Formats: sequence, C-alpha cells, structure tokens
Amino acid sequence: MRRIGVFVCWCGYNIAGTVDVKAVVEEISQYPGVVHAEDYKYMCSDPGQALIKQAIAEKQLDGVVVAACSPNMHETTFRLAAQAAGLNPYRLEICNIREQDSWVHSQYKQEATEKAIELVRSVVEKTRRDESLKPIAVSVTKKALVIGAGISGMQTALEVADAGYQVVLVERLPHIGGRMAQLSETFPTLDCASCILTPKTAEVGRHERIQLMTHSEVVKVSGYVGNFNVKIKVHPTYVHWDRCTGCMECMNKCPKKVDSEFDRGMGKTKAIGVAFPQAVPYRPAISREHCIYLNSGKCGVCKKVCPVDAINFEDEERVIEEQVGAIVVATGYDLLPKEHFGEYGYGRIPDVIDGLQFERLNSSSGPTQGEIRRPSDGRVPKEVVFIQCVGSRDQEKGMPYCSKICCMYSAKHAMLYKHKVHDGQAYLFYMDIRAAGKGYEEFIQRGVEQDGLLYLRGRVSRVFQEGDKVMVWGTDTLSCENVRIAADLVVLATAIVPRHDARELAQVLRLGTDAYGFFQEAHPKLRPVESLTRGIYLTGCAQAPKDIPDSVAQAGSAASKVLTLFSGEELQHPPTVVEVDPDICVGCGICVEACPYGARAVDEHTRVATVFEVLCQGCGGCAAACPSGATKHRNLTKPQLLSMIDAML
Amino acid sequence: MRYSYFPGCTLHTQAKNFGASALASARELGIELVELPDWQCCGAVYPLASDNHMALVSPYRTLSSAHSRGEDLVTMCSGCYNVLKRTNVRVAKDPDVQGKLSAFVETDYRGDARVLHLLEVLKTDLGFEALKERVTRPLTGLSVAPYYGCLLLRPPEDMQFDDAESPSIFEDFIRALGATPVDYPYRTECCGAYVSISEDERSGEPARAILRSAGRYGAHCIVTSCPLCQYNLDVKGQMPVLYFTQLLALALGCTEVLQDFSLHHVDPRPVLAGFANGV
Repeated sequence: MRRIGVFVCWCGYNIAGTVDVKAVVEEISQYPGVVHAEDYKYMCSDPGQALIKQAIAEKQLDGVVVAACSPNMHETTFRLAAQAAGLNPYRLEICNIREQDSWVHSQYKQEATEKAIELVRSVVEKTRRDESLKPIAVSVTKKALVIGAGISGMQTALEVADAGYQVVLVERLPHIGGRMAQLSETFPTLDCASCILTPKTAEVGRHERIQLMTHSEVVKVSGYVGNFNVKIKVHPTYVHWDRCTGCMECMNKCPKKVDSEFDRGMGKTKAIGVAFPQAVPYRPAISREHCIYLNSGKCGVCKKVCPVDAINFEDEERVIEEQVGAIVVATGYDLLPKEHFGEYGYGRIPDVIDGLQFERLNSSSGPTQGEIRRPSDGRVPKEVVFIQCVGSRDQEKGMPYCSKICCMYSAKHAMLYKHKVHDGQAYLFYMDIRAAGKGYEEFIQRGVEQDGLLYLRGRVSRVFQEGDKVMVWGTDTLSCENVRIAADLVVLATAIVPRHDARELAQVLRLGTDAYGFFQEAHPKLRPVESLTRGIYLTGCAQAPKDIPDSVAQAGSAASKVLTLFSGEELQHPPTVVEVDPDICVGCGICVEACPYGARAVDEHTRVATVFEVLCQGCGGCAAACPSGATKHRNLTKPQLLSMIDAML
Repeated sequence: MRYSYFPGCTLHTQAKNFGASALASARELGIELVELPDWQCCGAVYPLASDNHMALVSPYRTLSSAHSRGEDLVTMCSGCYNVLKRTNVRVAKDPDVQGKLSAFVETDYRGDARVLHLLEVLKTDLGFEALKERVTRPLTGLSVAPYYGCLLLRPPEDMQFDDAESPSIFEDFIRALGATPVDYPYRTECCGAYVSISEDERSGEPARAILRSAGRYGAHCIVTSCPLCQYNLDVKGQMPVLYFTQLLALALGCTEVLQDFSLHHVDPRPVLAGFANGV
C-alpha cells in the first residue's frame, strides 16, 4: 500500500469560494492509502510548496496529489518541489478542481464540493499505481534553419549566427531583404529603407556561419525538436555563381524585357539579371518563364557576352538535405490583390495602385527614379487620394482584422508625396487612426500640421475612371457631407494577408494556422514566438501583421529561443508517453493511423509496432485504438484508468 | 419553356408598354409566360424590420402559388424581382420566419421555388447565343446605355444576379440584339428612387447625372428593367429611356406592340427609326 499525501489549494477564493476545501480534506483523509491531507491558501507559493516537501520527508510519502488548478499552470512547479524532497516527480499528480470544477460550478457549492472529492479520489487511485519515471534525453543538432530572408528572418539568422551557431537561411526569391527591400522610406523617422537594410543584407551575405540559399524552398520536414531532417528544393539559376563576377553584361545585353515583379509590374527588367542594384546576392539568374533561349532554343546572347563563361543553360533543379535542430518560420506577407475590389475598379484602372506600388514609385531605385509619376501617362499627380482599410476591418468582403501598419504607411506616403509635390493635395480616407507606437501619433500630427494632409473620416464607395481623372466618391462622416474628388492617383492600403502558400508550408512543417492562414503561436500572450511544435518558432508577418520594429523584436525573441534550445548538450522529453509490449503486438498498424504526430510505425522485420518517444505527445490515441492492448501509456495504464473510473462511480 | 408569370402592379398600369413588349417577345421566342391567377402586390418594398413579418405574407403567397404549380416564377420589374427573391431567400434560410408565415398563410412553403428575372431566362434558359439567332432586325449601330439601378443587384448575397460592382448581363443582352452597349460609370448609381415623387428638386440631380454621363459616352438611349428608374430618368426629358423588352420586341420584329409611346415623356421613335424599321 502506497503512502499518499493530498494537498488541497484554495487558490485564494477561486477554489475555496465554491468548493468547501476543509470538507474535501476531511473526506479524503479517510480514503485508503491517504496518510496525509491538508489545505492551504496558495499551494503554489513558496510556503505552500514547503508544506509538500515537509510532508514528503516527515510522512515518507511515495505519492502526492495536489488538488489545484490546471496542470498546464503548475504541474512543473509542484513536480520540481517533489523532486527536491526526494520523490520521483512523476509520482506527483495534479487534480484540477479549478477550471474543471469551481470556476464552472460557482452557483452549486454543495455539488462542486462533492465533485472535488470524487475527482481527488480518482487521482489518488491513479497515483497509487504511478511508476517512477525518468525524462527521455534527446540529442540536439546545433544548427538552425530560417525560412524567409526578409528583415525578420535575416535578424534571426544574424543573431543565431553571431552567437556561434550555423544557420541555413532559405529564401524563395533570387535576393534577400524581403518586403523591406521594396520600401522607399520608413515611418516614423523617414529614414531610407535601403540605408538601414543594406548593411544587414550585406552582413548576411558574407557571414561565415550563414549558409544562404536563394531560389530555394523547403519542401519536406521530418524528425523532431533537435533533430529535424529538411529537404530543400533549389531552383536553377542557369548561371555558375562561382564563376560569375557580377558584371551584369548579360543583363545589359539581354534583348528580352519583362515586367518587374519587384517593381510590382510598373517597371521593366530583363529575362536575366538582378531585381535591383543593391540586391544580395549580386548574381544574375535567368527567368525560366521569360528566357528566349530556354523557350525556343534561339538567342543565347548572355552566353556570348559573358566574359567568364558562367551561363549554364543545362542547370537543373536540385534537392538537398540538411539536418537542423531548430526551425524559424519568417515567410512574411502578401497584400490582398486590388483585383478583389469592384468598388475600386477591380485593378483595371491604371492610376489606382496599392501601397507597395507607391513605395516603388517613390523609391530612387524604382521605375521613375523616385519621382512621383502616375502609371497611365507619367504625369505628376496633383490630387492624390489614399484609401485606408481596403479589405482590412471588413467582415463583409475582406479580412475582419486590422492590418496594423496601414495608418502609418499611408501617412508616410502622403507626407513623402507632399515633400516632392509641394502644390499637390493629399487626401486620406480613414476609419480610425491607429497610431499606437513610439513616435507614431506625433508622426501623424506632423503630417496634418506641417504637411497639410487632409484626413477625411469615412469610406469610399466608388472609384471609377472619367476621362483622364480617377473619380473618388466617398463620405466624410465628421462633416456629414458626401465627398467627390477628381483625383489623378489613388493609393489603396490593401490588407496584409499570409503568403498565398502559407497553408502548404504549414502542412510541410505540421504547424497550425489561424482562420486566415497566419501561423499559429503556442499562446497569444505568453508564448508569442513559439509554435505548438517544439523546436519550431515564428517571427514577423508570417505570424500576424506587424511593422518593422515589432518584426525585428520578434526575430530577436525567436533567436533567443533557438539559442536556449542549443544551450545544453541534450534536451529532455517527458517520459509519460506510450510503450509497446512486443510479445502482445501483432503488428496490425492501427496505432500508426491513430497517431496525429507521426510517432508510430511498424518495424518491417519484426512486424512489431514501434514508438518514436520524442515525437509522442502522450495523447493516448494509439493506446485507446490498440486492439490487443500491446500499446501502454506510461502512468496512464488501463488498470489506472479503470480504477480512476471506479473511484468516481 | 413554361413559367408562372408575376407582372406586378405597374406592368398593368404605368408600365403597360413593359408588360406588353415582354409578353409579345416571349411568345415570339417560345417562352410561355402564364400569369399567376389571383396574384397580389409583391409587397412593393422589401421590409428591413427583422421582427415584423406581415409584409412578407404577400410575396410568400405568390411564391408558394408558383411552387404549387410546379413552375419557376418569372418577373421582370426590378422591384418585384427584388422583393420576391429576397423573401424566397429569407424563407429558405430562416426557419423562424418560415414557420410563422406558413402558419399564418396555412401553406407549408419552404423557399424551393426558383425566382427568375426575364433577363435570366434569356441568358440561362434560352441563351444569348440562341437569342442572337432569333433576332430578325439587328439593331446595328444603336448605342445603348444599360442602366441597372440598385434593385436588380443588391444586396448581392441575396440577389445572386450578377457582379454587383461590375455587372454585365445587360451588356451581353444588348450585344445579342446587335446593338452596342455603352460603358459609362453611372450605370449602377441610384436614380433617386421614391424621393423623386415627394421632393423633386433634390432627386433630380442623381437622375440628371446618370443621363449626362450616358450622353457623354455617346448613348442614343437608355434601357432599364425598373419602372421607377424609367420614370425618374425619362421625366427629365433628355434622352429616350426604354424597357429592355421594348428593344427586344423591336429586334424580334414584334412591331405591333411598339405603336404606342404615349407613356413615354421622350418619344424614342426619332432615335430608333435610324436603326430599325417598323417603328
């Protein structure tokens, strides 16, 4: 017979206000095997823990039940206390009488008390049959994978690499820098985006511990924390980068002009080349889609002009494998296409552009060399309308959430426009101005007071072409007047949305996404950079819309999580997972189907089911499904479950 | 093709020309429109109150009557179409409303009838390609400004008629008749609706803006499917405003219903005469 101690927590009045804790203690004291029972106001406090330690020592307890809040809250706290007193921590169990009792039955005190007694009895029965267990040790590959090389991914990569660890940085595009590389200036300081970004891209490019892989995508991930096996698809560049010197003769001579995606369709680039002059890596790549030679076998001008014979039309897609210990997802965002909005012309009106297009218009490396000229006829627009919340905060046709950065960047756009076109007029339609950030509200005020930005509180109902003007019909709800503006240019602050294939990547990584496709964090407040899969972290707009300072801060936080993971020689995994009795197992494989974590398999040779203990999350699905009873859940065995049920009935 | 036909009040009074041209054209096309016996007012305006269902009783009767005959319900006045279609959607989606109405009317109708606008019949059941082949007098060279107004299209989630921001059914219809649709920005703007009847000065501007815009983009005439829109635009005296069925009748050669334009403020004959015979 075990010697079990029961400790009932008041949790202030959270529990004691509903459950008669004294009655629970009195009742459970009579229960077979319980040699000690007491209550205390805050069991998780130091004095509360001391009570447990003291009782373990004095009464030689070999099992402890703490009736308190959810095990998510303090299971670890109490188990460490038990361990300090010499008890195997897996012989301490939590009985949840707060979330599952007092909080939900606050109107029924008598019944709640009876339920608490039954719950405690049941956990005593479980504890009676608990075994002493040891955590499972897991080795760690001290190398990180960062997916996406925007500002957030680069920051994480740099911090992890600077701390002395290898980083594989995978970027789908030919260059790094992400969305920030497309920006002209940044709020609220109006410093040039390139000027603060290029030192970082250059540092990433030359860092000896960062293995930069552009033109690449993560296609498969297996394994578990500390030991991920990653397959990366490397798209062909058709250029020997080891030979190339970056002279760009190929780009100069290439006869095929194509719309520049980097300039969001407003400028031209070539079928071979780099997207912009500061691109890192500064090495050209051929666009498979546009190259004349690759599509018709004619041309080959680039190959003729290349002084170092670096063009390789035979280049092929490769898949390489990497072993890493941690993964950081930093895949960034897209903008909701303006083709989504009929009321703003379905993207058919040339002088209706989105925010990123305005950034390119205003950028000194953009299609107009930084002069604000409208796409249709190249004229300098004199009346510019900025429309905020296009698809954001729109439950009917767009996204219900706030995209967070549009108020600020619209103000920035309007100010930059006014700085270049002094006699122009900027109108901004807004719903609310959300300027919560350091120096943000002041920035908006500066725009209004010094640059004469005209803010109109209301929505725009229609935008249409009339002659060479873009007519904007809206309403100003402060003056209660309808407003009609014959504008030259309209800039839509379209909603931030996840990358179009974020859900596919989530499947590859076995991560959750929210209703919109943003990667799901483990806890919205307390674990904002961790995913629910251990060893995979999130940063930047892949998780939710955010601005540059927030992205950089989150990137640092993700890096510190990686470094914490790498700080020891091995990791510990809870031992409360399943195990298989090979003598009973018939190798039917039902457990493999039942496991959502890929932790079960059937050995080909022995035809016996196996358990990858580190992947097992202890959910018990396979143990319940096992028809022969060969799969056993440690410290949650069938006899334990039956005795727990008996104790309650 | 046989349908239950709901004319609505105006097609027997102020918009007799609409009804007559529609029935003549339908006959010519082999579309059988059988007027519902003992039909009553569609309800005129769809009730926005969520707790008063009395105004839904009348359209509910119409819908269940068509359904009991096993026929789809066709109407062509935008107002009737809007009220009948939305009532049908509400009855289908809201069991509470359905329960009350069925108890009151003592008919258990669950929103299963198909409510069609005549344009939809032409587009989906007949097909605009087939219509084009039936046209005997193509209106080549006639520039027609389609005027949608609001009731055909909105609210889009209930009406499911066409893209509310950028509709095209009228344009396709006009092309099928051999005429040229005019793309002008005001085709879905409000005409002023009922405000025109009580406060003429204020409502005049929306209608005038529509007419100005259509004129600037080179329209010879406007077509619509709403008697109220037709009135509001036509009464300004600036350009002929026709029901789409009148153009249809013209293109099909049903000229017998196009002899009397006394209901129009602007006589369309001088404009139409240049493009079609028999007017």
